[in-house]
Amino acid sequence: MREGTMVEAGTKVSSAIRGSGDAMVRMDGVHKWYGQFHVLKDINLTVAKGERIVVCGPSGSGKSTMIRCINRLEEHQSGHIVVDGVELTNDLKRIEEVRREVGMVFQHFNLFPHLTVLENLALAPVWVRQTPRKEAEESAMKYLERVRIPEQAKKYPGQLSGGQQQRVAIARALCMNPKVMLFDEPTSALDPEMIKEVLDVMVELAHSGMTMLVVTHEMGFAKTVANRVIFMDRGEIIEENEPGEFFTHPRSERTKLFLSQILAH
Amino acid sequence: MAVERVAERAPARPPVWNDPRFRAIFFQALVLALVIGVGAYLVNNTLTNMEKRGIASGFGFLGTTAGFSISTTLVPYTEESTYGRAFLVGLANTLLVSVIGVFFATILGFIVGIARLSRNWLVAKLAAVYIETLRNIPLLLQIFFWYFAVLRNLPSPRQSFILFDIFYLNIRGLNTPAPVFEEGFGWVLLSAVVAVAAAVSIVRWARRRREETGRPFHTVYTSLAILFGLPTLATLLAGSPLHWEYAVLEGFNFQGGMVMSPELVALVFSLSTYTASFIGEIVRAGIMAVNRGQTEAAYAVGLSPGLTLRLVVIPQALRVIIPPLTSQYLNLTKNSSLASAIAYPDLVLVFAGTVLNQTGQAVEIIAITMAVYLTISLLISMFMNWYNRKMALVER
Repeated sequence: MREGTMVEAGTKVSSAIRGSGDAMVRMDGVHKWYGQFHVLKDINLTVAKGERIVVCGPSGSGKSTMIRCINRLEEHQSGHIVVDGVELTNDLKRIEEVRREVGMVFQHFNLFPHLTVLENLALAPVWVRQTPRKEAEESAMKYLERVRIPEQAKKYPGQLSGGQQQRVAIARALCMNPKVMLFDEPTSALDPEMIKEVLDVMVELAHSGMTMLVVTHEMGFAKTVANRVIFMDRGEIIEENEPGEFFTHPRSERTKLFLSQILAH
Repeated sequence: MAVERVAERAPARPPVWNDPRFRAIFFQALVLALVIGVGAYLVNNTLTNMEKRGIASGFGFLGTTAGFSISTTLVPYTEESTYGRAFLVGLANTLLVSVIGVFFATILGFIVGIARLSRNWLVAKLAAVYIETLRNIPLLLQIFFWYFAVLRNLPSPRQSFILFDIFYLNIRGLNTPAPVFEEGFGWVLLSAVVAVAAAVSIVRWARRRREETGRPFHTVYTSLAILFGLPTLATLLAGSPLHWEYAVLEGFNFQGGMVMSPELVALVFSLSTYTASFIGEIVRAGIMAVNRGQTEAAYAVGLSPGLTLRLVVIPQALRVIIPPLTSQYLNLTKNSSLASAIAYPDLVLVFAGTVLNQTGQAVEIIAITMAVYLTISLLISMFMNWYNRKMALVER
């Protein structure tokens, strides 16, 4: 059944954590196909509460698809995904239950352009959590202060810079008080001078103890914040390790090649 | 100093015919003169010819007696009424068809458009077949189909199709019961007004409470109960001042009740189904124009598919939908002039047809008719532009 080749070290780390019991996200033998194309091959991953994981790998390696499976924006065809004790099946109620607890930040921000920043933040708390609007907006302002743009509350997304939009997107996800945050290449669509302001917010979030899964090529972020770095290629998890080891002593040839390419300059 | 001197000296002026400013003014003046010249020639020519042949001109004919009857009239009209009154009858009939047509075309169009995007294979394909069939067959042919092939083949009144024992469908149209109002009906009317007001304020109150406390309220059920319950109660209290006059077969035709002519039914049916196929495509395009990421972001914060459509997708799709939707409303209104083909007495048939034949005042009548359609179309455009501005997106 398992056709993917697991590197030994990877198996060891994840089974060690699986034993600990307080897993926030657990993926067991997950496979996914797009038609004939096998995107995810036997993914086994356990994310403990408060853990911060960086996922990297060449484009088309399935890293985005993997984290999008965690809140069911993508459907997996076999295996099990359990988020905070709730298994993802075709049951819509369960999917929505999981999505309420999982925040997501997208590469292209995906703010709602017809709503102001404040309305973007308050939308889900009001309609999903049935929070009174006044209360929802007050807590939204708190999150805007946390991402350092409270003065933009009344503006529309189209009036903000990319970095500001991405910080609003982070605040929007935080407004639902998620237990896990997923980041899908949050800085890839930004101009270089705006990357830092977004990373600063993410670092601050990591220090507050949030469980995070981050797909990114920002290796500096991985070194300072991650507990574990996962390297994926062609739909498989090739290697996982704590960042110090990962960057200095990569085990597999593919990891070495990838690291030499992105750290070349 | 040298620089100043150069600046002081004006550059050599080009020949006046090479100056773009002069050319612009010259050509505009030329075009204006041509338009006025041609217009004056045409008007003069027409007036001279009409005078030579002894054709009356002016709008005095509107006050003279028409002397013909019209089958469907919304405003009081008899054979003794004036041509002006006949004009009003035609106008009212045109507006009737347009309003009913726009209403059904919008509802049907939105349903078909959303159905075509359905994940359900059968629903999506049915909608696709509907759209591709109806929008690719000429409208006139569809009107003929519903009128001659369907409604003209219905049985005579004696063999009517009977629905629920009160509706009778036959070759003369659809006979329905007519309401008869008696003394005391004013109370029922008043209670209906009160009920609408109450429902509106409950909806507002529920929204405010939701915003303040987050608790949802069964707005739909409550307002439905008020809207139907209150008038019913008033009817009973006032001693049932409303009763229905049923159509009864006497001899060869029905007496009493109301009748919708087959012409009206065929016209409304074909206009709304035909236009709905275009509106369906517009709605589909509008929804597809909303970035997939918007839906994903809405799902990711936990919104259900229904709320996502309502709060995120539709508001953004509307700004794409409204401008082409406006032109479909205009098309429907203008296409209603095809009514003449099945003898539904719309503005074109009554005024630009019968009245024109009887008076012979073609210039005035065609001008009035055109002006009416132009006015209706501009009014629809103005309203839709206002609505579009209201929905427009703040980009920067």
